[in-house]
Amino acid sequence: MAMTSTLTSTERQIGMALSILLVCLGLVMAGVAKQGPMMVHGGMAVALGLVLVFVLGGALYDQPEPSPERLTQYDDAPIRFGIVMTLIWAVAGMAAGVWLAALMYWPEATPPWPATSYGRLRPVHTSGVIFGFGGNALIATSLYVLQRTSRARLADALSPWFVLIGFNLFCVWAATGYVMGQTQSKEYAEPEWYADLWLVLVWVTYFALYIRTLARRAEPHIYVANWYYMAFILVVAMLHIVNNLAIPVTWGAGESFTIWSGVQDAMIQWWYGHNAVAFFLTAGFLGMLYYFLPVRAERPIWSYRLSILSFWGIVFFYMWAGSHHLHYTALPYWVQTLGMTFSVMLLVPSWASAGNAIATLNGAWHKVRDDATLRFMFVAAVFYGLSTFEGSFLAIRPVNSLSHYTDWTVGHVHSGTLGWVAMIVFGAIYSLVPKLWGREDMAWPRAVEWHFWLAVTGTLIYVVSLWNAGITQGLMWRAYDEGGALSYSFIESVEAMLPYYAARTLGGGLFLAGALLCALNCRATMCAAGDRVDVSDRPLVAQPAE
Amino acid sequence: MLKLHYNLEKISMGLVGAIIAVASVGGIVEIAPLFTIEETVEIPADMRPHTPLELAGREIYIREGCYACHSQMVRSLADELDRYGPYSLAAESAYDHPMLWGSKRTGPDLARIGGKYSDSWHMAHLIDPRSVIPVSIMPAYPWLTRALDTRLIEDSLATLARLGVPYDADMIENATADALAQSRPDSDGAEGVRDRYGEDVPLRDFDGDPDRLTEMDAVVAYLQSLGTLTGEARRLMAEEDE
Repeated sequence: MAMTSTLTSTERQIGMALSILLVCLGLVMAGVAKQGPMMVHGGMAVALGLVLVFVLGGALYDQPEPSPERLTQYDDAPIRFGIVMTLIWAVAGMAAGVWLAALMYWPEATPPWPATSYGRLRPVHTSGVIFGFGGNALIATSLYVLQRTSRARLADALSPWFVLIGFNLFCVWAATGYVMGQTQSKEYAEPEWYADLWLVLVWVTYFALYIRTLARRAEPHIYVANWYYMAFILVVAMLHIVNNLAIPVTWGAGESFTIWSGVQDAMIQWWYGHNAVAFFLTAGFLGMLYYFLPVRAERPIWSYRLSILSFWGIVFFYMWAGSHHLHYTALPYWVQTLGMTFSVMLLVPSWASAGNAIATLNGAWHKVRDDATLRFMFVAAVFYGLSTFEGSFLAIRPVNSLSHYTDWTVGHVHSGTLGWVAMIVFGAIYSLVPKLWGREDMAWPRAVEWHFWLAVTGTLIYVVSLWNAGITQGLMWRAYDEGGALSYSFIESVEAMLPYYAARTLGGGLFLAGALLCALNCRATMCAAGDRVDVSDRPLVAQPAE
Repeated sequence: MLKLHYNLEKISMGLVGAIIAVASVGGIVEIAPLFTIEETVEIPADMRPHTPLELAGREIYIREGCYACHSQMVRSLADELDRYGPYSLAAESAYDHPMLWGSKRTGPDLARIGGKYSDSWHMAHLIDPRSVIPVSIMPAYPWLTRALDTRLIEDSLATLARLGVPYDADMIENATADALAQSRPDSDGAEGVRDRYGEDVPLRDFDGDPDRLTEMDAVVAYLQSLGTLTGEARRLMAEEDE
């Protein structure tokens, strides 16, 4: 097993103890709940704990101690696991998305079971892609980048496994909870209180691992990518805790009421919601961009000053922007105005980042032309620039009066998530997979090119069709005839959406096909793993054994 | 400045502290004052909390993810007032933990849906949306005819009371009985529901099946309550029109 081979027997014993604790936790959850999703989730924890006990226990007897040689190398085994989970969640989460898109013009296809209805599957898609796909990619790449830019091995061998396995348990709890009807209904924060608490535990370990590893760095300066990853870890923790404060109805019910209500809840929810976009879907991925793009292009970051400006600009401005989700609502007017103002100002640091990334490619444009992996990263930077422009534009009050509640918002989100987030992840994956599995290149280099064009075409079809959909909706809702009556009933606006919903399903389908091709390509690469080692890719000083 | 940053980047905990400090400002400025506004935004005198049956319906509305396609927030825009009714007031969702303002209208806003359609229309629509609106793209919810699970109702009211929703001890104690009684206008408990939640609370068999208390009863009772918990929004609208 990849996991156990790098663990010493002491670490295996501690790991076993932790796994037994997980079994106990699962038993308590199942015992207190006695029924419903919380009991099922307890059962999952028991099963996972038992598997880990057997794996680690087996290794204690069968596997030799890892050689001290490992301490002179980076700890990449958990990163490989994280990449595999990223690919699994990508396919699962995007497939859910395409299926839901299809249901929007073919609602009769909804099976007659509660578990598969649109409303329950929708958070499976959003959590699956944001947390499953995006989260695993962020954790895996952050640990990779952290070690390389610090020239130090991870501070210990167990906690990366705890973070990755624990995070995936959270994702599985979330997705299975939704289909069983368990949700807090707060968008992008749907999991119930015990899953939220578990995530806090995982996150604190993640942060501690990050800081402890930074403390071992052989470089005096902390590289830009790590600032972004740290902002991602810290601010997501802050947002997650405040937005999820809740009182359980009973200890065993797996249901709770958020302590916030009404207008305060709305503000806190969108302070969370918009900054989940900022610090989960932007800051972390900018960290990825700031490492993988210069490395792949073999060019240094264009401007150090600009990266400082854009980093602090993003950390400061974004936190004010959430209230633009609540224009013309019962939220006090001055808060809406602040949200709008800061959203517009946010364009400055956003374009500084995008421009910095694109200018870094100066002198390497021939590589962008020839190398689909670098092209993924370039397109990501372009879509980042486009989406942030669109975001600032949509935050302006009168524009928002047209766009809000329509599919334009959905189109905007997907221009960011497909065009920017997913593209930079694929760029990072195609850079990492050959390296981590000891090969020169991907198993099927031509398939990367195919994936690139599927992804770009899919994104464009998706985004353009939902622009049309959203603007049409917004205009139909506000149209009056000469007599001063509304021109269209609501259902007429729904009918007008159908061609766009069909087109967006096609776009999503193409994107999913590309992701599937990527997963298969990675699988082929992993199955044909080589023994190529980059001798310079190692910590600067051998770390003492703990 | 550049020099300062040059040094800051060498201290990991310095970066951590700076990130937390810089990121906190926006939230503090925008969110903290909202908790004092609570005192200035007055809860209308006629505002009532949801009955236990409506609350159970709300939980089903959340469970099925209805909020993903239906907003409950009429914005102060002319076409929305004409289409849906008076714009939503902050007070109207003051007892909602969490609020269900929503972010997308794949279907219409529901903040003023209460009383707009009959119970039997809602029932037919939920079981098969296309039987009443042929081009609707809403999914069907045929399983809502199953029995309502009332085990958590009392604890739910008690929890909400702890969070400041005005449920008194009497309401909490009778929560389960009231849920049943609201759907049985001729039963002995019906009078108690009126006493506790007001004369205007609808007492009727929402799903047309007098023998069973179903999830449909709860969902329809909830939908019919939307926009009716206080008359304040309509009163304000009427004043503005004068």
